[in-house]
Amino acid sequence: MIQLPCPWCGPRNASEFAHRGEVVPRPDVATASITEWRRYLYFRRNALGWVTETWYHAAGCRRFFTVERNTQTNEARLAPRPEPEPAPRSEDAR
Amino acid sequence: MMTKPSRYSAFSLLRHGIGHSGWPRAWRSHPLKPSYDVVIIGGGVHGLAAAYYLAVNHGIRDVAVLDKSYLGSGGSGRNTAILRSNYLTPEGVRFYDRSMRLYRHLASDLNFNVMFSRRGHLTLAHNDGSLRTMRWRAEVNKLQGVDSEVIGPGEIKKLVPHLDTSAGARYPILGALYHPPGGIIRHDAVVWGYARAADANGVHLHQDTEVTGIETRDGRVTGVRTTRGDISTPAVLNCTAGWSTLISDMAGVDLPVTTSPLQAAVTEPVRPFLDAVVVSGTLHVYVSQTDRGELVFGASVDPFTSYSMRGSLEFAEGLAGHVLELMPALSRMRLLRQWAGLCDMTPDFSPIMGPTPVDGFYVDVGWGTYGFKAGPVSGEAMADCIAHQRPPEIISAFGLDRFTEGRLVGEKGAAAVGH
Ligand SMILES: Cc1cc2nc3c(=O)[nH]c(=O)nc-3n(C[C@H](O)[C@H](O)[C@H](O)COP(=O)(O)OP(=O)(O)OC[C@H]3O[C@@H](n4cnc5c(N)ncnc54)[C@H](O)[C@@H]3O)c2cc1C
Ligand SMILES: [Zn+2]
Repeated sequence: MIQLPCPWCGPRNASEFAHRGEVVPRPDVATASITEWRRYLYFRRNALGWVTETWYHAAGCRRFFTVERNTQTNEARLAPRPEPEPAPRSEDAR
Repeated sequence: MMTKPSRYSAFSLLRHGIGHSGWPRAWRSHPLKPSYDVVIIGGGVHGLAAAYYLAVNHGIRDVAVLDKSYLGSGGSGRNTAILRSNYLTPEGVRFYDRSMRLYRHLASDLNFNVMFSRRGHLTLAHNDGSLRTMRWRAEVNKLQGVDSEVIGPGEIKKLVPHLDTSAGARYPILGALYHPPGGIIRHDAVVWGYARAADANGVHLHQDTEVTGIETRDGRVTGVRTTRGDISTPAVLNCTAGWSTLISDMAGVDLPVTTSPLQAAVTEPVRPFLDAVVVSGTLHVYVSQTDRGELVFGASVDPFTSYSMRGSLEFAEGLAGHVLELMPALSRMRLLRQWAGLCDMTPDFSPIMGPTPVDGFYVDVGWGTYGFKAGPVSGEAMADCIAHQRPPEIISAFGLDRFTEGRLVGEKGAAAVGH
């Protein structure tokens, strides 16, 4: 069985997790057209090789996390943590 | 170039069968030409059937089928060969039923014994929810003229005596959707039969020929690049199932498709005892017995996307447990082997057929876990679509534009476990 590196629990068997699929940027609900929204819902890269995806540790800490997995070999490694959002400048923080 | 293979007949069987010598090759090999009228990528049942019907129904014979490996190396040589048309949507039922009709006389059309065995198909219900979906399916099926009805545990036991239909079972059997025309076929024979008949009608079959790029100019296809050289062509059909997004990427066409492995397993052969194909959606398992006596088992797709075709122990373990829930008498059977194939899954469990935003680039993909049975009808329809440059009525609901236009054809209830 393949193992996945949960950032909170360490490496565990894949059967403990639920696969939530590749990370797809979510369009702004307020401004997205219906076509853009449907593309977001249905279309995927489905790449061969390293992909960035979301998993859910269903039978463990029950948290979501991001993993890089090679879809050819199923080798998995923890994705680098996203850059923290820059702190809002004072005039934006109204 | 070899000469055209002769037809099979009782006489030729007798002649070659005595001493088993001089069997002719089933199809020829050719040098790759620099141009073809139509290039079909993928030498599975879909690509080969499309090539055959282009030649036979439309007289378009300057056709090449390219496969990166051997013919039938994809899902077409790895599936569990279940044929049925008891789907959930009227569009789906009509479409798959046309395929069943073509399969019925395929052996004589192709001059190749495809061993279609119509033996009845049972989908078990273990809870009220599934029973409701089955009643719905049965009504939709009957309206389309497809033989399909819900039956109770007593009748199920008569059809399949080895099933545990007792009320004390862990997942008691409440009823089943019974589809008498469903059955199994020899998948390799279908692939080889189409290949041989396409070859006899002038189609060039190129094995070990991997497509590495697709050329377009001003939004039109102009050619394909392969490991054996470049080909110019005005029409390309993508029939690469689990690999179909990689090919569509080369043409710049996005697809709502993800690739997941599906596993299956087979036991040692035993005497015939199981006529019907038995599927349990709740237990994620199905079983049939081949003409040779082996039991063929399958399940739902693996729980995550992948292009890896390695089998897993957890699949065999889970499968064995669920099979024994249904048929405890099988506990001494031994598995001979297990394998996996790649499935091109779509959000609505229906295929994608027709033109794309790139002129001359057609798709016949999204076959998921259920596409073998559709080989004849989609081959026929895609040949028509390419010959007349518009999709025929029977596939008009299955275009790529349905995803952006919000017209999904939801077949999950009829295709997630029973393939
Ligand atoms: C275990 C299992 C059980 C199944 N059971 C059933 C069933 O009971 N009933 C049913 O109806 N369906 C079933 N299916 C689904 C069915 O097998 C597929 O939907 C069907 O075979 C798809 O056929 P195809 O011709 O479209 O693709 P495939 O047969 O997969 O052929 C695609 C071909 O494309 C080739 N290719 C890929 N990339 C390239 C490239 N770059 N250049 C050239 N060639 C390329 C591959 O080598 C391959 O031969 C099952 C599938 C599996 C895996
Ligand atoms: Zn965890």
